[in-house]
Amino acid sequence: MGASRRRAALLFLAPMLLTLALVAGWPLARTIWFGFTDASLTDLDGAAWIGLGNYLDWLPYGDGSGEWIGLLVDRQWWRAVWNTLVFTFVTVSVETALGLAIALVLNADFPMRGVVRAAVLVPWAIPTVVSAKMWAWMLNDQFGIINDLGMKLGLLSAPVAWVASPDTAMVAVMLVDIWKSTPFMALLILAGLQMIPRDIYEAARIDGVNPIMTFWRVTLPLAAPAILVAVIFRALDALRVFDIVYVLTPNNSETRTMSVFVQENLFQFDQFSYGSAASTLLFLVIAMITLAYIRAARLNLD
Amino acid sequence: MATIRKIAFWLLVALILLFTLFPFYYAVLTSLESGTALFTPNYLPETFDLSNYRQVLGRGAFPTNVLNSVLVAAATVAISLFLGLTASFALARVPFRGRKLLLLTVLSVSMFPQIAVLAGLFEVVRAFGLYNSLFSLIMSYLIFTLPFTVWVLTTFMRDLPVEIEEAAIVDGASPWIIVTRVFLPLMWPAMVTTGLLAFIQAWNEFIFALTFVSSSDTRTAPVAIAMISGTSAQETPWGAIMAASVVVTAPLIILVLIFQRRIAAGLTAGGVKG
Repeated sequence: MGASRRRAALLFLAPMLLTLALVAGWPLARTIWFGFTDASLTDLDGAAWIGLGNYLDWLPYGDGSGEWIGLLVDRQWWRAVWNTLVFTFVTVSVETALGLAIALVLNADFPMRGVVRAAVLVPWAIPTVVSAKMWAWMLNDQFGIINDLGMKLGLLSAPVAWVASPDTAMVAVMLVDIWKSTPFMALLILAGLQMIPRDIYEAARIDGVNPIMTFWRVTLPLAAPAILVAVIFRALDALRVFDIVYVLTPNNSETRTMSVFVQENLFQFDQFSYGSAASTLLFLVIAMITLAYIRAARLNLD
Repeated sequence: MATIRKIAFWLLVALILLFTLFPFYYAVLTSLESGTALFTPNYLPETFDLSNYRQVLGRGAFPTNVLNSVLVAAATVAISLFLGLTASFALARVPFRGRKLLLLTVLSVSMFPQIAVLAGLFEVVRAFGLYNSLFSLIMSYLIFTLPFTVWVLTTFMRDLPVEIEEAAIVDGASPWIIVTRVFLPLMWPAMVTTGLLAFIQAWNEFIFALTFVSSSDTRTAPVAIAMISGTSAQETPWGAIMAASVVVTAPLIILVLIFQRRIAAGLTAGGVKG
């Protein structure tokens, strides 16, 4: 059976591998290549190799002076990198804390637990574009319910233009992401909590350990691997955030993330090769952060 | 003490429900209002006015957009399940060199940022003459549905005992017969879970749909919603936007409520992205 079965296995694998090569491998290689050319949206075939010109180049003025141009000295790009990192750090931290709290509640035995667990899945299932629109309406400066509630409760003295004002635009974007992604976090952490054997809690209770100590000394260390996996997945996802920013705060340098920068350059500003170069850097940044994070986390775990 | 703790616990539960459900509740409430009612914030339903739904579903391209979303998501799910089932048989049941490396490669594709392939994929779409066609989306969505499907189905198939295919092998059944007659009937639970998750991901996708199709009757529903606008920024038709949002979201919420256990299990099994 060995040989014919292996032949069949190869035959079964081929379509899947060819598909992935076509939609992932080849396009990634082409994107990286475009980053080293002068390709434009209207003339992809005429792309010519220009080396590192999109990344860094010296532009002489002709009188001996000149300036550096390219992605590596582009303030807009570094602003987008910064925005993405801030967004990722804040949202993933808040989502982890809130997700852990919700997971602890869902891990307790109480009537209607199934209902609450289903409700928690609702924000996750709603399309991101719809979430962004729902919150854009709730955060509306004139008719939004958030301002209305804030004023009624005395938390706000005047209506805030959450989405439009530069100070709060990023807060609004983060709020939508936190609302949408916390449930995912909670479910992943809950899976980790459910792996902890119940007798450990029983033993702690009999020994008279108070619940807060039990949480810090038993629950948290034992759930740490599951929390870590959840954090990595969320961070990878947050680093490429696009939909929320694009829909909630279009054309806003306060919230422009790396993905938005890439998409705009590729398809709106007719800077196809420049966008491809940015896309390559984004890929590298994500790959490096992933590796560094996994390595650091593993060191802390042992 | 015990009662205080009980009250605190239920307050926490109420807070979680409010946090997760209020935005959608408010979208439904807004979608049923029009005229001046729309512009006075209220917390409980006051009017029941279906004119927003009539406007969104009655004219324009929105019904076509919803249909496009259904077609694209269904085709994506069907193709990923077919390719995933055959590939997972090879990966789970046939020992060969380089199997682990292959599985790791598949998993790493699922970590790919979609935006990193956007430029190259645009070229592929154009080369195949698929620009502005729904096929461009069905093809490109496989980048995130296929790796996840292969991963989950492989894990599931590996855990099935050897005995179930022994009889078929002794009878001289071909691998194709073994996959379709022996494994397929056993794989339904895993296929339903992965199929559902792939459907939801494809239904919600935005960046490829925004980039690869450009006319109003080939758009998918999320892009159509993102593009609803009034004649000026001051005249955003919030009622219509909320009605369209409810139309696009309601089927998903029903699916989630029916299959919540399976979805939760699938999410944690593969760590699929949100």
